[in-house]
Amino acid sequence: MSRVWSVDVRVTPREGILDPAGETIRRALGNLGYEGVHSVRAGRLIRLEVEADGPEAAAASTEKMCEQLIANPIIEDYVVRVREG
Amino acid sequence: MEAGMNVGVVRFPGSNCDADVYRAVTDGLGERATYLWHKSTDLEGVDVVVLPGGFSYGDYLRAGAIARFSPIMGEVIDFARAGGLTLGICNGFQVLCEAHLLPGALVRNRNLRFRCHDVGLRVENAGTPFTSAYGEGDLLHIPIAHGEGQFVAEASTLDELEAENRVVFRYVDRSGQATDAANPNGSARNIAGIVNAEGNILGLMPHPERHSLSVLGNTDGLAVFQSLLAAVSRGRGHPGDGRSDAAPPETREFAAGAVAEAGVSS
Repeated sequence: MSRVWSVDVRVTPREGILDPAGETIRRALGNLGYEGVHSVRAGRLIRLEVEADGPEAAAASTEKMCEQLIANPIIEDYVVRVREG
Repeated sequence: MEAGMNVGVVRFPGSNCDADVYRAVTDGLGERATYLWHKSTDLEGVDVVVLPGGFSYGDYLRAGAIARFSPIMGEVIDFARAGGLTLGICNGFQVLCEAHLLPGALVRNRNLRFRCHDVGLRVENAGTPFTSAYGEGDLLHIPIAHGEGQFVAEASTLDELEAENRVVFRYVDRSGQATDAANPNGSARNIAGIVNAEGNILGLMPHPERHSLSVLGNTDGLAVFQSLLAAVSRGRGHPGDGRSDAAPPETREFAAGAVAEAGVSS
């Protein structure tokens, strides 16, 4: 039966792409005395409410949205996760 | 019809260099320019399409990502793919990359700063319809104004761009050297502007239109528009898309007028 699923898309800068925002956070953490932070990558979380027949269908349609608009595969990776409940 | 060119300037919500392009073409060059609203699906028979600078759709999600799906972009993509001369400046360059009309992407400046100042540019390829009025190796001063202008692409793509002479402009210092210090945003290989393989689509981060009138103190950018005029005069204007070209001029003007009357609602 069709219902609304809560879907998270986590978008992060692709490996090898310089992430100046993450790097700035890393330096600031160093200035605050947090040692041993070797890397910070800053991405974004996009939370969607998607109507679909099941969690697989919700994930599949969100994947399509990611490919077309939500992420740019040249510079970003993404992970789609349908939340429980 | 008289010789000359009509430059279509697309207006997205958040475009803010549209009037600068319009003035560069009209006041700077004495040619015609036509604003094209983003909700329109008619290029009104223009010879050249310019996607101007600005912050279309607030740069939400990624710069250019939402604009790329504007109604007018379907027409722009068809026009560009059919060989129509298409110029993307700053935000327009970002839109062209998001639309996959140009390779690579533009991401946050390496130093995170919004950079707004003149930069040195070297003309790397004066054989394009956008640069024929320059000489190869010419050094220009052109303003930049962007926070997300760092050009990135796969190493193989960068090699291909270089090998095919598709890097058209590079950031350089006063002596013409492409140094790290002359690179305002961390762009790969100091790349400031590129063309597609066919040579009819150019994207660049700097703003030639802002240095196109003598009253602005510098006209280094005007030759981009002079080059376009020369290309259009040689017949490099309309692509053979089978619509605007197939119709005789009277029909075309009538059609454009009819749509203009009906279509400019918002």
